[in-house]
Amino acid sequence: MDTDAAGLGRGRAVAFTLPALVLIGVFLIFPAIWTIYLGLTDYRLTGLAAADPRLVGADNYTAALGDGRFRNSLWLTVQFVLGSAIIGQAGLGFALAWTMRDRRGPLRKVVEALVLLSWILPGSVVAFLWIALLDRDGGTLNTLLGTPGAAWLLDHPMLSIIVFNVWRGTAFSMMLYSAALENVPPSHLETARLAGASTFQQLRDVVLPRIKGHVLTNVLLTSLWTFNDFTPFLLTAGGPEGRSEILSVYIYNVALRDGQLGAGAAVSFLVLLINLVFALAYLRLLRDRREVPG
Amino acid sequence: MRLFNRPVLITALAATVLALPGCGSGAPAADEGTTLVITANSISGGKNSASAEWIKQWVIPRFEAAQKAAGRDVRVLFQPNGVGDEQYKTKMALDLKSKTGADVFDLDGIWVGEFAQAGYLRPLTEVGGADVETWEGWQQIPQAVQGLGIFDGKKYGLPQGTDGRVLYYHKGLFKKAGLPEPWQPKSWQEILDAGAALKKLPGVTPIQINAGTAMGEATAMQGALPLLAGTGTEIYSGGKWTGSSQGVRDVLELYRRIYAGGLGDPKLQQEAKGRDKSFAEFADGRIGILAEGDYFWRSVIEPKVGVAPMADRDQVVGYAKIPAMRPGTGIRGQDFVSMSGGAVRVLNPFSKHPRQAWELLSFMHSAEAVKAELAGAARVTSRSDVNTEVLAGDPMLSFVSEEILPITTYRPGLAVYPQVSAALQEATAAVVSGRPVEEAATAYRTKVEGLVGGSGNVAN
Repeated sequence: MDTDAAGLGRGRAVAFTLPALVLIGVFLIFPAIWTIYLGLTDYRLTGLAAADPRLVGADNYTAALGDGRFRNSLWLTVQFVLGSAIIGQAGLGFALAWTMRDRRGPLRKVVEALVLLSWILPGSVVAFLWIALLDRDGGTLNTLLGTPGAAWLLDHPMLSIIVFNVWRGTAFSMMLYSAALENVPPSHLETARLAGASTFQQLRDVVLPRIKGHVLTNVLLTSLWTFNDFTPFLLTAGGPEGRSEILSVYIYNVALRDGQLGAGAAVSFLVLLINLVFALAYLRLLRDRREVPG
Repeated sequence: MRLFNRPVLITALAATVLALPGCGSGAPAADEGTTLVITANSISGGKNSASAEWIKQWVIPRFEAAQKAAGRDVRVLFQPNGVGDEQYKTKMALDLKSKTGADVFDLDGIWVGEFAQAGYLRPLTEVGGADVETWEGWQQIPQAVQGLGIFDGKKYGLPQGTDGRVLYYHKGLFKKAGLPEPWQPKSWQEILDAGAALKKLPGVTPIQINAGTAMGEATAMQGALPLLAGTGTEIYSGGKWTGSSQGVRDVLELYRRIYAGGLGDPKLQQEAKGRDKSFAEFADGRIGILAEGDYFWRSVIEPKVGVAPMADRDQVVGYAKIPAMRPGTGIRGQDFVSMSGGAVRVLNPFSKHPRQAWELLSFMHSAEAVKAELAGAARVTSRSDVNTEVLAGDPMLSFVSEEILPITTYRPGLAVYPQVSAALQEATAAVVSGRPVEEAATAYRTKVEGLVGGSGNVAN
């Protein structure tokens, strides 16, 4: 790499990276700075504060941190990430990959097809599919369970969006783990089995050490995606009464539905800080893995 | 590793180079003539379908032809929307914030103030020029109706019409429940009594009065505000907003009796599409009494163009005035109450062709155009000349025009109103989901104080 850069010369290197830098500056850095600025104002979408926004310092931040609605959102987001990304997508994805690892018959094909289908469908399509499934009037789930009139989206809004997200994202995890499990030599498992190791012991002592990197990558990525996911809005719009108002939906509701752009921007920045933690952890992970020889 | 091989790169480059002149080829059309854009929250086959059809089938061809006859080459495009009112409002605000958007568009009259304050709207004369003041239509629009488009004494929009609120009831269900027909309750208690009788019918929700935040402004217009007027309280009066007044508590108590007492479906109030669902349920004969505006009659259960059409609407659907809490307790000592609102059409101050945009806007509000928009149906329009001609044939709309408009009330045209309304929606949501009236009323007062600048601006 270094020799390439030296060969090109500094001027040409700058010329080649400039377009990318301009794009990053215009579409990433400037909006981020603008968002930070907006978060320090009382800017609204309409009314006098839209024409003449005032700087209010950290008011939006202290208001958000002191607001039960924001804290509720944060807590719901933790539930959403834990439930759907870590336990759901990563856990179920691994379980499916493990169960299917030696199968080559039609069952594997069917499972893969079903799981992949959920992954290639756009989020909005999946959302409307789940609205139809969970609808209290003639929804498929109520017909199957014989529970006419059960309002899943209203009575169990968090469970509904967690199940929805698990359905949507398990495919990615399953594919990743399927590939990872190929790296575990069957002979090692066979030896462990002959030595009398239980399935749990095989997983813990033979499989996990070999796929640790995959697990960490998977958990980090699915957590990050889930943390930022907005599609649950299509199912519940954060309702009823904020009981499924995860952070992304909270920001939308505050900034665009209620028109409080300043307050929304402040919370967006808080979310950006939380995302940075994920990103740094991910970068750290990549670096550590690169340093492992072989 | 190479990301692209040479043929792919050459093809991609060639495609880009070939496509570039294409980007500019659309531009010369602007030199040849003028393009104007209309937008509204209406879409063919969906929300306010008739209005979308009118714009496409009547307004655009006729206006273009009239301009051509005058030697001008004008093209008009229609951008349909079929979304929730709040989403439409956000979209319009974002368009105007970035100084883009349609030349002529619809707004709810109550949004005019906050859009004007933000600098998104300017008075019609400033945008459309001197022709605005001399427009023939002003003489046909009653002063009260003109008020829908007026903010701070200046005219910002042309009112499309006004409306009124009533209680609709399903005559078939009433008959089964042994209730009288025609039905005209004289107090809230009589509504609850009818609800109790309807409750005996299996699969029927007796009463549907909008509540909660999912319904948005519909909760205020179809529920909380007419009920509040029925207690003699105004949301804003004498320079002060009402706090946790007796009127607010009475309204919340009525909600509690309906939704905690099994007379209403609390779930319907919480669902994102709850209002549309309630329309469908009424049309299916599964809701007994429904509080709505005349929009419901004209555009929802209308046999041909409605979104939940009822072929036998005229035979099956009854309507009654909304009673005050008790006779004489309503606003101005009235026995019956209503709320009115209405949409206006405005000009985009950032339009590249403001003069032509005014021509288009005034053309859309000419007597001929307003009559065409009705397409044979009746509606309380903003023009008196059209009303005298078209309302005669429709007993429901004549009822609104003659019985409801004289007792109606309008919302305060203040920019903070939508937030106060949202606080009221939250209070009703809390009661519908089972919280005590007292708690909801206190929370409402606290919220309003924060919104309107302290307790000095709040009465009670």
